Amino acid sequence: MNEMLLWLNDPQNWTGTRVTPGIVEQAAAHLAYTAIALSIAGVIAFPLGLVLGHTGRASWLVSVANGLRALPTVGLLILLYVMVSPLIRGRGDAVYLVPTEIALVLLALPAILANTYAGVRNVPPAVRDAARGMGMTGRQVLFRVELPNALPLVFSGLRSAALQVIATATIAAYVGLGGLGRYVYDGLASRDFGQMAGGAVLVAALALLVDLALSLAQRATVSRGVSGRFSRRSTRDSRAAAVTVVRPEPPRGGPDGGRRAGQPTTPAAALTPSGDRPSG
Amino acid sequence: MIRFDAVSKAYPDGTVAVDELSLTAPSGQITVLVGPSGCGKTTSLRMVNRMVEPTSGTITIDDRDVTSVSATDLRRGIGYVIQHAGLFPHRTVVDNVATVPLLTGSGRRQARSRAIELMELVGLPASFADRYPAQLSGGQQQRVGVARALAADPPVMLMDEPFSAVDPVVRDQLQQEFLRLQGELGKTILFVTHDIDEAIRLGDRVAVLAVGGRLAQLATPADLLATPADPFVAGFVGRDRGYRALGFVSAEVAVAAEPTVVLGSPVARAHDVAVDDWVLVVDDGELPQGWLHLRAHPDGGPGPAPGDPVTPDLLNLGGTLSPLGGTLREALDAALSSPSGRGVVVDEDGRLIGSVRAGTVLEHLHAATADPSARVRP
Repeated sequence: MNEMLLWLNDPQNWTGTRVTPGIVEQAAAHLAYTAIALSIAGVIAFPLGLVLGHTGRASWLVSVANGLRALPTVGLLILLYVMVSPLIRGRGDAVYLVPTEIALVLLALPAILANTYAGVRNVPPAVRDAARGMGMTGRQVLFRVELPNALPLVFSGLRSAALQVIATATIAAYVGLGGLGRYVYDGLASRDFGQMAGGAVLVAALALLVDLALSLAQRATVSRGVSGRFSRRSTRDSRAAAVTVVRPEPPRGGPDGGRRAGQPTTPAAALTPSGDRPSG
Repeated sequence: MIRFDAVSKAYPDGTVAVDELSLTAPSGQITVLVGPSGCGKTTSLRMVNRMVEPTSGTITIDDRDVTSVSATDLRRGIGYVIQHAGLFPHRTVVDNVATVPLLTGSGRRQARSRAIELMELVGLPASFADRYPAQLSGGQQQRVGVARALAADPPVMLMDEPFSAVDPVVRDQLQQEFLRLQGELGKTILFVTHDIDEAIRLGDRVAVLAVGGRLAQLATPADLLATPADPFVAGFVGRDRGYRALGFVSAEVAVAAEPTVVLGSPVARAHDVAVDDWVLVVDDGELPQGWLHLRAHPDGGPGPAPGDPVTPDLLNLGGTLSPLGGTLREALDAALSSPSGRGVVVDEDGRLIGSVRAGTVLEHLHAATADPSARVRP
């Protein structure tokens, strides 16, 4: 614990030296690996989830994707490295980066796909029925009704994928890339447990920061009608108004005849006209 | 006018939902499809806007085959109201109402101002415009649903059990306002319900469907109650139909003068005017307030002292009010529910006119059945 604090408090560890990158640089690399993996997974899984949810067809694909979660990522990375890197002719880190990103994408896919699918599926049937019955085309139903209502689940899929990918992106260091995993593996190798624990804490902190950023994005994009974040005052007003707006008069009744407040609660209110069919 | 011509719907598994249905829903009227669950009433309704495609037969609206235009264009021209309103949770009330005008390319500002008008029409204040559906009660949501269906001013409305998911008091209110609206707008309405009382109350004509999608009877509510076509209809129309049929007989029953005391005056005054132990209490505007018993307190114990004023807590609030010129059912109900046995009759502003006894109503009924012209044609 103490070693970890010492390590984290050493300014040189943050800025780095001429030969070793600092924490800031490694965190940026870590974020870049994460962003690449999430983008690729999102581009594949989000549209697929929308279409599967909208049509209700081929839902077995979602189960297959969920099955991917059972793959051990480190094992997969080694396998991919062995299989993929001979195919890559090029300079630099691509030999390591491609297998790493494939492993991370496979990790992120299931959460995004399953949540997007579930979000669209969970739109109440009455809402979908009304949208179609109003004359929306299939595309309009999807983008104007199903997607806005699916957003909370879509975001929860994205956030859980982001958490998993950030935590797992430490394996990039395992194949010789950078990222915050560097400290974990280097610390382990050199028995510098302060550095190792410090790296782990930094990964957790980065994950929390990214989750916070995504939750702010979620707040900004999800309709209040879906998230249910109403100010308490406006809801109370609505209930109160429900009592007064009981029986409007036809609007023809003149400028002030548009609405009449509810009957005052005098005893007469109990003597109601027997509700029967008007003879009109 | 909506016309079904030998329309059938069979599903691949062999289930026949609708069997050779032929019926006409006249323009400007409410035609109710009613029947037990599984009778194909909702399927029939949904075939009109092609949410379900019929297996055979044709449906025309004002002599145009519904398949002659694209399904989306067809639906944009038909009002559609469903059971749980189906409001879009992510849109505010005003945007929900403006859905169809926005789809058909109206300007945003124009669509919103039209939406506010419609909210007023269905009894929602403009201050609800920026609320979300989750902030509204079930009854309010259903009002929004009706406003949304009216937004493009469609000549035809399809309503699928619109009032069955709200509590009875709210339902009664919504039904009453629905009839008022229809009186103003005169839409051609096809209305589905499983509730025979609702069908009888709202329908200009009622189509009773039997299980298997067979049309058992199509008639006015009064005829349906008076002459059910077969045992199925008779059974479905149910008990109390003789009593309910009174709702179609106008009551010009002789109204007797009823002595009253004004709320707040001394109980002694009530003793002076009383014809028996019950005295009707009104306010200074002649609006009936309740019945005062001279010898017993409503909570038990002795009656009020002659010197005390008449206060609201002394009153028995039982007894419905019958409007003058209302139906025999209303008059009889007022008499039967009144603690004094005298039903209170009021004018259209709710002011007291007099009272009527059950016996008088029944005598009138006896005379009315001898003279068929007294029947109200709905």
